[in-house]
Amino acid sequence: MADFVMPSLGADMESATLVKWHVKPGDVVKRGDIIAEVDTDKGIIDVECFQSGVIERLVIEPGAKIPVGALLAVIQGGETPAAAPAPVSTPEVVTEAPHVHASPLAKKIALELGVDLNQLIGHGTGPGGLIDREDVENAAKTKIAPQPSHGRISPLARRRAEELHVDLTQVKGSGPGGAIEAADIERAATAATAAPQKPGDSMRRAIAAAMAKSKREIPHYYLQTHIDMSVTLAWLQAENAKRGIKDRLLPVVPILKAIAKALRDVPQLNGFWIDGQHRVSEAIHLGFAISMKGGGLVAPALHDVDKKSCDELMADLRDLIPRARSGRLRSSEMTDATITITSLGDLGVESVFGVIYPPQVAIVGLGKVLEQPWAKDGMLGVHPVMNATLAADHRATDGHLGAQFLEALNRHLQAPDQP
Amino acid sequence: MSEAELKTILLDGLRKIAPEADPTTLRGDQNIRETLDIDSFDFLSFLIALHDKLGVEIPEADYGKLSTLDAMLRYLGPKV
Repeated sequence: MADFVMPSLGADMESATLVKWHVKPGDVVKRGDIIAEVDTDKGIIDVECFQSGVIERLVIEPGAKIPVGALLAVIQGGETPAAAPAPVSTPEVVTEAPHVHASPLAKKIALELGVDLNQLIGHGTGPGGLIDREDVENAAKTKIAPQPSHGRISPLARRRAEELHVDLTQVKGSGPGGAIEAADIERAATAATAAPQKPGDSMRRAIAAAMAKSKREIPHYYLQTHIDMSVTLAWLQAENAKRGIKDRLLPVVPILKAIAKALRDVPQLNGFWIDGQHRVSEAIHLGFAISMKGGGLVAPALHDVDKKSCDELMADLRDLIPRARSGRLRSSEMTDATITITSLGDLGVESVFGVIYPPQVAIVGLGKVLEQPWAKDGMLGVHPVMNATLAADHRATDGHLGAQFLEALNRHLQAPDQP
Repeated sequence: MSEAELKTILLDGLRKIAPEADPTTLRGDQNIRETLDIDSFDFLSFLIALHDKLGVEIPEADYGKLSTLDAMLRYLGPKV
């Protein structure tokens, strides 16, 4: 059995509203199936299933706003992959080991407040290290959801209250004898977050949170290089001359391809910095920054760019960009990117130094291709030139490696026809 | 096709890719992509829609001749 929890669809996401289930109990699902739609700061996202199995039950009703990591559904026969972000707490049982040295009153209060006395061993402040009433009460205060001294509460409800950050003292129980049940918690959580917000505001806040986190935590270093684009553009022109308008490639396509090849040469920039560790990703999923018409941006992943042809990449872009702008992205696209690419060349900007999207470790910036004087083989000519930049996390890599990446990017842009 | 009909088709196409902007206030000599904030992807989508509607094949080398409304009318007028 596996818990299907609200996935984190980006470093800046805290919660999302369940819009719709695409499955019902008894349905067979496999990994990658779209099983639900959630409304996030970045529009409606199709949530894909992490595991295969049979839907046992749906825990959340559409309309509820759910924090990341909260249980959405239970899947029978599924296996939770090791990487699944599922911090599921088991209902706590208050056990009292015989060797706990606590006052009778402390034991009684510990039971009432749901404090595990074992956690307080060695922390007693009473005579001879005795755990007294005050110790227990202090311990209870530090818990997220203290159990009210009155009324009863089901273990599931307690767990949901912790997940949804609901204050149990404010919840009215509807169960037998006024017991608080899970449904009461869901109602309280929904009511607490029902305040209407403008969608643009929440995207702005999400970007603010992610970018502030990035600048607060990531020591960026920045590199820039000028790349002669004549070979790539000549190749592109020849390719497009062979194609009808519907199959033509945009200039960014061979550039994305070259970035993926350069990341194969310098894989350290492709990955994450998580819990003080540098984790290089084998897969190359380029997060492609797409500006929204009403302001804001999203950077959904183009998957496996190193393994795709330019035509496949163009097809991916044709699919991805309109969906990003209309708010119809898939959860894997929101979570999988291993590096971000930002291109502001369309607006005539010469160079852009990006802000890394945590927990990624690098962002590549592409400027406008401009006709510039260019010295080559002792001759001065006019060439189309692009400024490519790299902003990278100095915790994970050093400038020397970043320079190797930009050099590799340059090399691959001089040979666009190479696989 | 009359110039007025062609202009209507062009403005309809622009409205589809730049719904927030108002193409009807566009002057004939204004750069369309800059004025309506249309990126290269949207511009290509616009040209594909024109191709579907008018049956005109526009080579990539001619994209530069389509930067303003007046230029589009000049370029496409004889072809439709």
